[in-house]
Amino acid sequence: MSILEKNTAGNKTSAPSRPGRPFRQRIFGNGLKPGYLTYGLLLAFFLGSAYPLWWSVVVGSRTNEALGLDWPPLLPGGNFWTNVGEVFDTIPFWTALGNSILISTIITVSVVTFSTLAGYAFAKLKFRGNGVLMVAVVATMAIPTQLGIIPLFMVMRTFGWTGEIGAVIIPTLVTAFGVFFMRQYLVDVIPDELIESARMDGANMIRTFWHVALPAAKPAMAILSLFTFMMAWTDFLWPLLVLNADNPTLQTALSQLQSSRYVDYSVVLTGAALATIPLLVLFVLAGKQLISGIMQGAVKG
Amino acid sequence: MDCENVMTVTIKRPAPAAAPPKAKSPLRYRLSSWDLKFSPYLYISPFFLLFALVGLFPLVYTFWVSLHDWHLLKGQGEFIGLGNFATVLQDRFFWNSLGNTMSIFLLSAIPQLIGALFIAAVLDQNLRAKTFWRMSVLLPYVVTPVAVAMIFTNMFGEEQGLINNVLGNFGIDPVNWRTDTLPSHIAIATMVNWRWTGYNALILLAAMQAVPRDIYESAAIDGAGAFRRFFSITLPSIRPTMIFVIITSTIGGLQIFAEPRLFDPTDPGGPQRNFQTTVLYLWEMGFQRNNFGKASAIAWLLFLLIVIIGIVNFSISKRIASADSKKPTNRAQRRAEGKRK
Repeated sequence: MSILEKNTAGNKTSAPSRPGRPFRQRIFGNGLKPGYLTYGLLLAFFLGSAYPLWWSVVVGSRTNEALGLDWPPLLPGGNFWTNVGEVFDTIPFWTALGNSILISTIITVSVVTFSTLAGYAFAKLKFRGNGVLMVAVVATMAIPTQLGIIPLFMVMRTFGWTGEIGAVIIPTLVTAFGVFFMRQYLVDVIPDELIESARMDGANMIRTFWHVALPAAKPAMAILSLFTFMMAWTDFLWPLLVLNADNPTLQTALSQLQSSRYVDYSVVLTGAALATIPLLVLFVLAGKQLISGIMQGAVKG
Repeated sequence: MDCENVMTVTIKRPAPAAAPPKAKSPLRYRLSSWDLKFSPYLYISPFFLLFALVGLFPLVYTFWVSLHDWHLLKGQGEFIGLGNFATVLQDRFFWNSLGNTMSIFLLSAIPQLIGALFIAAVLDQNLRAKTFWRMSVLLPYVVTPVAVAMIFTNMFGEEQGLINNVLGNFGIDPVNWRTDTLPSHIAIATMVNWRWTGYNALILLAAMQAVPRDIYESAAIDGAGAFRRFFSITLPSIRPTMIFVIITSTIGGLQIFAEPRLFDPTDPGGPQRNFQTTVLYLWEMGFQRNNFGKASAIAWLLFLLIVIIGIVNFSISKRIASADSKKPTNRAQRRAEGKRK
C-alpha cells in the first residue's frame, strides 16, 4: 500500500527522480513514468476482470467433468458446439436475442428522444414552472422502479399485455435520469446567443431545436443511448414477471437454463458466454465512448 | 434568454424603417407567440405524461393496494388500513430479509469503495496504453447481472466449485457458500463487487484528474508525505464524487435481485432464506404467495428505508467533509472545486 502511494504521489508531484537508484525506479517508477509495480497491478486488475468470463468459456467448452478437477483447467475444451446445440434446444435463444434487441432499441430511441426534448427545454427555454418541474425530475430519480411492479403488473394483466414485449417496453419509455443528464449537458454547451439569433432569423421553436439544439446535443445523445441500451438489456426482474418462457428476453431465457431441474453447468456457462457476446461487441466498438460517458457524468453529476 | 423580449424586438425593429413589413399578419403573430409560450411545455410533456403513467401512478397505487387484502388472482379484497404494514413489521422473514440486505450491502459497498479508490489511484498516473487499462477495469460492467450470477454461482459451487476445489488443494475444508449465512452473503457481494468496482473506479478517476497537479507539488514542497497528500488533498477534493458513488451504490445495493434469485434457483433466497433480500421477499410475497397487499406494504417499507439510508449517507459524508475542510489544505481544496465548475 505505502509503496503504491509513494509511486502514485511521486508521479503527481513530478518530483525529480532520486539519483543513483535505478533499480528502485524501475520497480516503483520515478516521477514521470510509472514503474513495473504499477503495470503489475494493472495486469492483476485486468486478469481479475477477465478471468470469470474466461472461466465461462473454459467450462462452456468442456463437459461437467471440468468442474471436478482439483486444479481448474485453463484452456477451453472441444465440447463447445455440443453445448451450444444444447442451449438452443433448451431455450428459444434466437427469439430471446431478437426480443432483447427490439426492446432495448425501442426503449433507447424513446428515452433519448424525449430526454433531449425535455432536457433542452429545461436547459435553454424560459417558461413558468421551469425550476419547480426540474426539481420534480431530480426527485423522481431516487424512486426505485421495483416499488411499482405490483400495480404495473395489474395494469398489464388487465389490458392483456402480459406475454407481449410491449409490456416490457412501456414502463421504461422515459427516465428521469435521461432528462437530468441531457439538461446538465445542454445547459453549458449551447450558447444563448445562438438560439437568439436563430429566432431573429425567423426560425420557429421546433426549427431552432432541430437546427441548433440537436447538433449540439449529439455527443450526449450517443452516451445516453449507450447507457439506456445497457439498462434495458440487463433488466431482469420486470421481464421475468410479464414475459413467459416461450417469448423471453435474453436475460430471462438464460435464467431458465439455471432453473431447469437437472442443471448442466457446462451448458449454463455456454449460455452465459453466448449471451455476453453482443455486449462484448458493443464494448469493443463503443468502449471509449462508454468510458468518457462514465467519466463525464462523474464530473458533471 | 428572455424570449418575450426577443420577440418584441423582432416585431418593432422594422417600424422606424420605411415600409412596415408585409408579413406578420395578426394570425401569424399570434401563432408565433403561442409557439414561444407553449413549445417548452410541449417538449417536456411527453416525459411528464409518461412518467405520471408509469412512475407516479404505480407509486401511489402501490400504497392503495397495501391498504387492502389483495390477492393476485382474486383481486381487491377488504380495506384493512395499515393492517398489512402491521403484519409485515411482525413478520420475522421480513426482518430476516432486511438483515440480509444490509449485510450484503455493507459487504459490497465498503470493499467496493475502497477497491475503486485504489484502482482509481493506480490509473491516475501517466500510463502507457491508458484506454486499454481503463477498458480492462470496465469489462465486467458489460456482463449482465444474470450472466454474472450464473458464472459466480458455478464458481461458488459447494461440491464442485472452482473456489472450493482450489481451497481443497491447500487443505482447507469446503465452504458452504450456499447454505451458510455469511459465506452466501460474501458470494453475492462478490458478484456485485466484480461488476461495479471498475465502473466506480472510473468515476473516481475522473474526479481525481480534475484536481490540479500543482496542489500536490506545493504540498510536497511543504513536506507532506504521500499518505498525507492522498488523505488530505485527494480524498477531500473528490468528496462530492464519493458521495455520488455512495448514494448510487446504496440505491442499487438495496435493490439487488438477479444475483440472489439465481444463486439458488429452487428456493428463493437459499434453503434457510439465509440470503433472501428484501426485493426477493417482495417478489416471493407477490408472485409466489400471491399476496399483493403484503407485497405492496413491503415495497413501501423498502422505499422508506432507501430514503432514510440516503439521508443518513448524505449527512455522514457531509460531516466527514466539514471535518476535512478544517485541515490546512482547505484553500487548495476549494481551488480544486472551483476549477472543476
